[in-house]
Amino acid sequence: MSTNTTTIENTVIESLKSFGADAGEITYDATWESIDVDSLDLAELAQVVEDEHGVKMEGEDMKQINTVGDAIAFITEKKAA
Amino acid sequence: MRRRELPDVVVTGIGAVTPLGVGARTLHERWTAGTSAFRDGEAPCPDFEPTDHLSMKEARRADRFTQFGIVASDEALAMAGWEDEAPYDPFRIGCVLGTGVGGIGTLEGNHDTLRDKGARDVSPLAIPLMMSNAGSAALSLRHGLKGPVYSVVSACAAGGHAIGTAVRAIQCGDAQAVVTGGSEAALTPLTRASFQRMSALSPTGMSRPFDSRRDGFVMGEGAAVLVLEDGESARARGATILARVRGYGATGDAHHITAPDTAGAGGARAMMLAMDDAGLTAADIDYVNAHGTSTQLNDRAETAALKTALGDYAHKVPVSSTKSAIGHLLGAAGAVEAVATVLALRDRVAPPTLGYEEPEDGMDLDYVPGSSRPLKTASDERAVALSNSFGFGGHNVTLCLETA
Repeated sequence: MSTNTTTIENTVIESLKSFGADAGEITYDATWESIDVDSLDLAELAQVVEDEHGVKMEGEDMKQINTVGDAIAFITEKKAA
Repeated sequence: MRRRELPDVVVTGIGAVTPLGVGARTLHERWTAGTSAFRDGEAPCPDFEPTDHLSMKEARRADRFTQFGIVASDEALAMAGWEDEAPYDPFRIGCVLGTGVGGIGTLEGNHDTLRDKGARDVSPLAIPLMMSNAGSAALSLRHGLKGPVYSVVSACAAGGHAIGTAVRAIQCGDAQAVVTGGSEAALTPLTRASFQRMSALSPTGMSRPFDSRRDGFVMGEGAAVLVLEDGESARARGATILARVRGYGATGDAHHITAPDTAGAGGARAMMLAMDDAGLTAADIDYVNAHGTSTQLNDRAETAALKTALGDYAHKVPVSSTKSAIGHLLGAAGAVEAVATVLALRDRVAPPTLGYEEPEDGMDLDYVPGSSRPLKTASDERAVALSNSFGFGGHNVTLCLETA
């Protein structure tokens, strides 16, 4: 895992924890529903991600992002592009 | 006369978060013991820690005013015996909560962000936290209340209006029960500065209602929630009845945006309407929980209003102000004071107007100076009180409360 991915993973996981998600349940495969993350949490996550990584998570792209792993992969890919 | 036969509405649960602590009884016991909650010219809730009561997610999703409301509602619903399951169809249970300004702390914080960092950094939670209806929405979500759910905004009369509106919803058959009350968390720089600039706040930081030296109100924060039920339904389920809301009266001054009518005509009419709604007269009133803000204008106008509404009985009835102990909770005041009144009536005690020492010419009612005293009642079977709430805009509300 690259340093970049580790940093992105850290951003996502720490954000989700700060929104109140149970740290033990935040895995790559966890769906938003399973960790009680809703649209408002994702809007907050998008804000943090843009601040820290310059990647925008919005619009149509969000339909493809249904798990923690999806989000990390999406940000990693966009950042590398 | 407007009185009609309407179903009776009973109080089966009460809860409060006030500057005297968490809990309705805490408020009652500390106030009647003569404790006040002022520090540095305000009455905050310094010991209130949201995550003691709410999950991190719940706490983040609620402005402080909503947090107070949630915690007060948990206490009230538990007292009503609703903690496991509500006793009625959820679509027959409403929620009406009052507030003066809603989530103004959230609004101010996000405005700072907008100015300092730009629009992209404004929180996605800003609107759901700041909206004035956030309190009733949060209680609906938390407790599964699916009947009429909305908030009432009428400045410092909002708590009273909320309760009165809840009573009517039950009496008209829109709901079998309504979770109601008021909440406020406006100890913020903008609110403080705004009230200061209009000379409404006490520059000495002293809340001494009806005293000749009074010089403005002292801001407090908190919430109170009451569970109101259709009396017949509550008795059928064997609920413990804490009190009855016997009457509700509401008027508008049509006089001035902030100043009360000096003769107190609107306030007097609200009291008379509440007594009429209750089918009672001035002779039946054992106690008045005054609006009593400690401003020059309110306390004089309210005294005049009491004399108009109660006639000869005005000088016989103890009149005291909860704001002498916890300051002015604005949109929560009417609800907190209704809760304080219910417990005062149940314990047959007239709580004191703390700090009242120097009478003012023409303000000669029994303001219960010094310390609380046993409450004498006109009837051996019941105790009856009026609780007044008046707000900027000329809003006047009186509730008539009765306990066994």
